Amino acid sequence: MSDAQEATVVSDAIEPQPVAVNERVAPARLAPEERSVDPDAALGVSVFECTDLSVLYGSFRAVQPTDLTIRRNEITAFIGPSGCGKTTVLRCFNRMNDLIPSARVEGEVRYHGVDLYGPDVSPTEVRRRIGMVFQKPNPFPKSVYDNVAFGPKVNGVKKRSELDEIVEQSLRGAALWDEVKDRLKASALGLSGGQQQRLCIARAIAVQPEVILMDEPCSALDPIATARVEDLMQEIKDTYTIVIVTHNMQQAARVSDRTAFFTAEVNPSSDTRTGVLVEFDRTTKIFSNPSDARTEAYVTGRFG
Amino acid sequence: MATVLEMPSSAPGPLATPPDLHAKHGWRTAKSSLMSVLMGLSLVAVMIPLGFVLWTVLSKGMGIMSWEFLTSDIPVSDRAQGGGMGPAVLGTIVITGFATLLAIPLGILGAVYLHEYGGVSPLARFVRFMSYVMTGVPSIVMGLFVYTVWTLRFGLEGVGGSLALACLMLPVVIRATETMLKLVPDYLREASYALGCRKSRTVLTVVLPAALPGITSGSLLAVARAAGETAPLLFTIGYVTKNNSNLFNGPTTALSTQIFRNATSPFVGAQDRAWGAALTLVALAFLFTVAARVISARFATKR
Repeated sequence: MSDAQEATVVSDAIEPQPVAVNERVAPARLAPEERSVDPDAALGVSVFECTDLSVLYGSFRAVQPTDLTIRRNEITAFIGPSGCGKTTVLRCFNRMNDLIPSARVEGEVRYHGVDLYGPDVSPTEVRRRIGMVFQKPNPFPKSVYDNVAFGPKVNGVKKRSELDEIVEQSLRGAALWDEVKDRLKASALGLSGGQQQRLCIARAIAVQPEVILMDEPCSALDPIATARVEDLMQEIKDTYTIVIVTHNMQQAARVSDRTAFFTAEVNPSSDTRTGVLVEFDRTTKIFSNPSDARTEAYVTGRFG
Repeated sequence: MATVLEMPSSAPGPLATPPDLHAKHGWRTAKSSLMSVLMGLSLVAVMIPLGFVLWTVLSKGMGIMSWEFLTSDIPVSDRAQGGGMGPAVLGTIVITGFATLLAIPLGILGAVYLHEYGGVSPLARFVRFMSYVMTGVPSIVMGLFVYTVWTLRFGLEGVGGSLALACLMLPVVIRATETMLKLVPDYLREASYALGCRKSRTVLTVVLPAALPGITSGSLLAVARAAGETAPLLFTIGYVTKNNSNLFNGPTTALSTQIFRNATSPFVGAQDRAWGAALTLVALAFLFTVAARVISARFATKR
């Protein structure tokens, strides 16, 4: 109850403002509540609405049709055992699955009401608005500065002073500025793993996306670096919508507002595994009073 | 003294006898030493011919080597003592330089197509197969090819030599570049795409810079190799004794063809010049190789 009230307050505070980075989306499309089938629509503006979303690799169905709604300024966590399709679903949100030749997406993903897989949609434009942080820190073999400036440059920012400012803002936003401000020209590969991952976050926010997708961003990091990234997620939550895939249930419980639990169903005839969304609810509910027995078994550590 | 192996026990206190951490001598140690010796011998076996070649070229070529030799004209008569190889040095540099200009951009573009765009499409497979076939074409055949399609029509010219050398370099550059592009990890491409970067831009600003050290050293090794080629130049560039820096106007000459011509001459003066030219060519190839190393090391530290 109190959760719902809080969420309503948050959404009231945010709703009247236009989406800052999103001027090109026509206002008419920014009224997803009207067509939303989600009874919890009052809880917040939905950013993604998936209907019967399913991914196939060749003829193999990796994820069963899934319905899912991601809300603005929330952290949504995807948890579940390996091979359950968490990452595959995440990569549908910025069309990264397009890069895998055999992958095919069925069903619908609507981003503020616009079909992401519509015929005129440019994956490049989608990815500019929906950033991604990967499992393994993957800075470019360039300087710290060039890593962060890369996205803005690609998107047409040319003036040096403007770039300088974006780089500083992004590095501050990723809580990395104080550590690297004296070596912006040094190679990004000389940073520690935790610093590299925060650099990747800075690089992602430098193009001012609306959504940041994080694919197990802390799995290669030690607990201290993980804590810094988690703090960072809480700090930037007011500005961005975050979807995080994690293997770490404590992490999901600590950082997320909502949690989706996926599991893998083994197909006995072909010995393949297909991902299924079991339950999607508020994180507190998933971890304290899940509706599905499989979720309970997983979060209590009896399975997976 | 009992030689029973002391087992670690949970009993408190130190072990009764300290653990024996010395190497156990036996077949494994012997095998290791044997293999080390064999590897050392292989290294020596490889170094011996290289050492002899360098020593012979240096000892026989140093006598005639001087700035005069590198710049002055080639004597018209083979009998003449002294003289120089200036036109051949110039010819080698100009012909190889133009071949490089032709082959390296084309080769890199080809490899980018093959690896980043073509993939396993039929056209890409065909081009890749043909470039492998081209690697195996003997250089003299390449020379004959250029002779029939170019030299017979336009006469003996430096550019014919450049074309033949470029044909030889092209598959080497394509293979080296494609190998280097394969080594660029996919997560760098993904990172770029995830920032809303188009494919062409990703290739230009992320993939090629990351592969540049390898592409540079691979390409410069191809250049060094081409600089020493003789057969394709024999048919295509002709022979002169004076400087001709114009690739498109009349015959020219090169170090490799001068070595061939002078070394087969019965006159001592010509043979001396052949050794001098050989030393010059080895030095040029060495310079290219060192340049390749320096350039790739320079880019590598920037990474």
